[in-house]
Amino acid sequence: MTEHLPALQTALPLLAAPVCVLLRRAALVRVFAVLVTWSCLAIALSLLQEVLGHGEISYALGGWVAPLGIEYRVDILNAYVLVLVATIASVVIAFPLAGRELRIPKERFFLFYALFLLCLAGLLGITITGDLFNIFVFLEISSLSAYALIGLGRDRRALTAGFSYLVMGTIGGTFILIGIGLVYQMTGTLNIVDLSQRLPPVLGTRTVWMAFAFLVVGTSIKLAAFPLHQWLPNAYTYGPSVVASFLSATATKVAYYVLVRLLFTVFGFAFVFERVQLSALLLPLSLIAMVVGSLAAIYQTNIKRLLAYSSIAQIGYMTLGLSLANLDGLTGGLVHLFNHGLIKGGLFLVVACALSRVESPRIESLRGLGKRMPWTMAAFVVGGLGLIGIPGTVGFVSKWYLVLGALDQGLYFVAFMVLASSLLAVVYVWRVIEVMYFSDEERAPERDDAPLSMLLPTWVLIGATIYFGLDTELTAGVAEQAAAYLLGGAS
Amino acid sequence: MIEAIPPGMILILGALILPFLGGALQRVWLVLLPVLGFVQLTLLPEGLAQSFEFFGYGLNPVRVDSLSLVFAYVFYLAAFLSVVYALHLRDTVQWVSGLVYAGSAIGALFAGDLISLFVYWEITALASLFQIWARRTEAAYRAGLRYLVIQVSSGVLLLAGTILHFADTGSLEFGALGLVSVGTTLIFLAFGIKAAFPLLHGWLEDAYPEATVTGAVFLSAFTTKLAIYALARGFAGTEILVPIGAVMAAFATFYALIENDLRRLLAYSLISQLGFMVVGIGVGSEMALNGTAAHAFASVLYKGLLFMAMGAVLYRTGTTRSSELGGLYGSMPWTALLCLVGSASIAALPLFSGFISKSMILTAAAENHYSLTYTVLLAASAGAVLHSGIRISYDTFFGPDRGIRCDEAPRNMRFAMGGAALLCFALGVAPNLLYELLPYPVNYQPYTFSHVADQLQLIAFSVAAAVLLVRLGLYPKARSARNLDIDWLYRSLLPGLVQFAGRQLARLKSAIESRALMGLQSAVRYVQGHHAPTGVLGDPWSIGATALWAALLLVAYLLMAYL
Repeated sequence: MTEHLPALQTALPLLAAPVCVLLRRAALVRVFAVLVTWSCLAIALSLLQEVLGHGEISYALGGWVAPLGIEYRVDILNAYVLVLVATIASVVIAFPLAGRELRIPKERFFLFYALFLLCLAGLLGITITGDLFNIFVFLEISSLSAYALIGLGRDRRALTAGFSYLVMGTIGGTFILIGIGLVYQMTGTLNIVDLSQRLPPVLGTRTVWMAFAFLVVGTSIKLAAFPLHQWLPNAYTYGPSVVASFLSATATKVAYYVLVRLLFTVFGFAFVFERVQLSALLLPLSLIAMVVGSLAAIYQTNIKRLLAYSSIAQIGYMTLGLSLANLDGLTGGLVHLFNHGLIKGGLFLVVACALSRVESPRIESLRGLGKRMPWTMAAFVVGGLGLIGIPGTVGFVSKWYLVLGALDQGLYFVAFMVLASSLLAVVYVWRVIEVMYFSDEERAPERDDAPLSMLLPTWVLIGATIYFGLDTELTAGVAEQAAAYLLGGAS
Repeated sequence: MIEAIPPGMILILGALILPFLGGALQRVWLVLLPVLGFVQLTLLPEGLAQSFEFFGYGLNPVRVDSLSLVFAYVFYLAAFLSVVYALHLRDTVQWVSGLVYAGSAIGALFAGDLISLFVYWEITALASLFQIWARRTEAAYRAGLRYLVIQVSSGVLLLAGTILHFADTGSLEFGALGLVSVGTTLIFLAFGIKAAFPLLHGWLEDAYPEATVTGAVFLSAFTTKLAIYALARGFAGTEILVPIGAVMAAFATFYALIENDLRRLLAYSLISQLGFMVVGIGVGSEMALNGTAAHAFASVLYKGLLFMAMGAVLYRTGTTRSSELGGLYGSMPWTALLCLVGSASIAALPLFSGFISKSMILTAAAENHYSLTYTVLLAASAGAVLHSGIRISYDTFFGPDRGIRCDEAPRNMRFAMGGAALLCFALGVAPNLLYELLPYPVNYQPYTFSHVADQLQLIAFSVAAAVLLVRLGLYPKARSARNLDIDWLYRSLLPGLVQFAGRQLARLKSAIESRALMGLQSAVRYVQGHHAPTGVLGDPWSIGATALWAALLLVAYLLMAYL
């Protein structure tokens, strides 16, 4: 049984999705989906344990051996990403669905769960597979279900948001497909490990260069890297909060994983950072993303959109770590992948809690909620501290590594920018806190917090941001191993 | 079991439970916490108690040695007395912040590395702020903001220094540092701000008098003594501290002599006392460091007692201005009596605590041939007799009756003051109680004929001088005005300068259309215009724009092939 765990990791949610449609009854489907997702988490954890203990796992799907067949390959990097995706999914799926945020009636909630499981299957598949074309297939599965999930938002603008996400995402997908095609043309293989051996002789050709450009730009769209980020704000703003929580914590993170995998494993460190000098373009763009994203967040009037723009800035941190191209920097990028997933997933769940009590996600309407929903708003404060990067929260851990990485390269300006953009985060977090706690309210509002079933998942994620801020063994430790593995395997 | 919790955490965690308790239980819990902490302290084994890995760097949040312990004991005593003193409040915020403040200061004493120290350092800054803000007046709010800015700057300096120091040496250990590099100099400055070095002291006399009645008692105990501890740990024997301490002891005395607000007088007197300790650290001999620790111990108690007494007066009469007080002896006899004990202690009258600690520093300074410093300290001692020994008690309780009639201080306040007074007296009578706690073996005998005679002469002449000055009408009258000090720079001068500059700019504007100002404004407008939800960067683009960017980026990556 255990040797089939890699296949089960994606097959389980993929097969469970249609079962949801057959079961139909909301309560039943919910229990079923929760069980499936939690099993996925158990599988991901045991895979990580296996990889940490015994090294890489290679699994030939259907018994067809690579490079002909599709290979599932689990190493320390994707085992780590699998755990993140499965963890977030397990928490979000347990969060009760609020009818007022969805455009479908309660009888059709099963559609949400089916889409959610499909999306989860896609994301896990992208991460686990060792085959480039397979990545594209799973990317489309996850993206298509994500467009639909966004479109479930009650606000009518969710439909246009979902639609433009669809078009932009498809552009990205097409770019990736073109890149894969070009690579295949040059090497005759799609297996990632195989590619890493067959590509070096042809790296100088223009075809491979084309493939590289298409692949990087394509994943950058999926990743919402500046300036290709503009599908993200509307999608997260008008989509349901739980969906925003799930996607912000997983979809962009998986895209980041794909980028890292392409750069370090497929094309190799020497080509990417010495021949192409990717950092010359990616590093300034990352810095701009950090500043522009934070500044835009400061001026937003809608809390979901504020968090969305903050995400763009945080993605800037992750690509910054990548473009520093040293051990500390890459560790920072990878650990921020996990840490930001926890923070942003938690914060969107806070918004979901708040929207169970107030009508609109405008920041104005949060006035005085600090007294009315103390636990919910306390969660926002803790998550906000994480975004800023206060010591003792996960945000500090990530920034610590990024600053170390920048200093290691002698890039003092970059280190300064990391700290300066944290100050911008103070501003946009404080704006919300001020409205919640320090606005004059004529009458003291009655205490009316979100139900425990909502607070519990929220606090699991928010609590984790503190826990992993103090105990960095699992996150930073594994991220550092993964970074060392990538740099060692590539240079 | 109880010793597994880091010291100080008992107070911090216990304080967080406090809001969920009610009624009598809340108050019992409040008083019980410092007692529990004290008991834990007596059980702690010496040495590195706890260490853990924090992304690759070994941290030692708990390191126990005798220097930490002596400060920790007095911090717990102070926490206990302050809590009892604050027992009449109905303000959970003040209780919680007071306990967290005390707990983090105690935690900082045991921090074995600079990162842990930094974390506790910042918590003390934040927690103590609420002791000021809880007064809920405009003046307190503003003073609190200024206090916060300076305290946080100290933390930032500490962090920056730590990073540089770590880059230099690869060690995060908090041991003897010395002024050897930029990093340690920044750390030195961070400590110096909290220890109220001259020119860095403005926050203290600015903020403490604005704190609540009970807040000033909390504040007087922890922040500055924590800084003294940190200096003693990191910079013992650093020569420059001797002149710094002497200047502190001297200049604050002058301010204290003429200050009208008695709680501000106590703040200045506190700075002067800190000056003695800083000199002790600078001298750095075993006796000097013993003296510093002993004087810190004693001064927490008697300074706390005086702040409590003035707090009680403020609580009952609503003012601590000496120009409005006098003749309160009849109304508040207990407070008057206990205040006298505090005055006797700070004046270093034999049989009271100041006597057995202050003279150690003086003797150490003399033995190490700092004769000028010795003289300055002697003069500051005489000043202390005048301002804190005589003026405080006289102006409040015995001076000309201004007709104020009020109740005696509440029972819990009297109890706390009584406890502090008892300790002051006990230490004075049985100095070995304290000497046994000190970091080095003590071979110092306070009650020799020459010590007692010297001190009595000093006091006698000070009193005689005071009487003479007052009789001749030469003693400067305390006026109800704020005396000019360094905090004026940022309290008044800086805002004044900003206003002045604003007026000039406005004039400039009318004269030459104020190009600079408009440039700044338009820059802000530019940023806002581009990032607001209506701006190009704050608003999602059309699909076409994104597609165009994708194409442009693609071209850019391709072009890099030819660069």
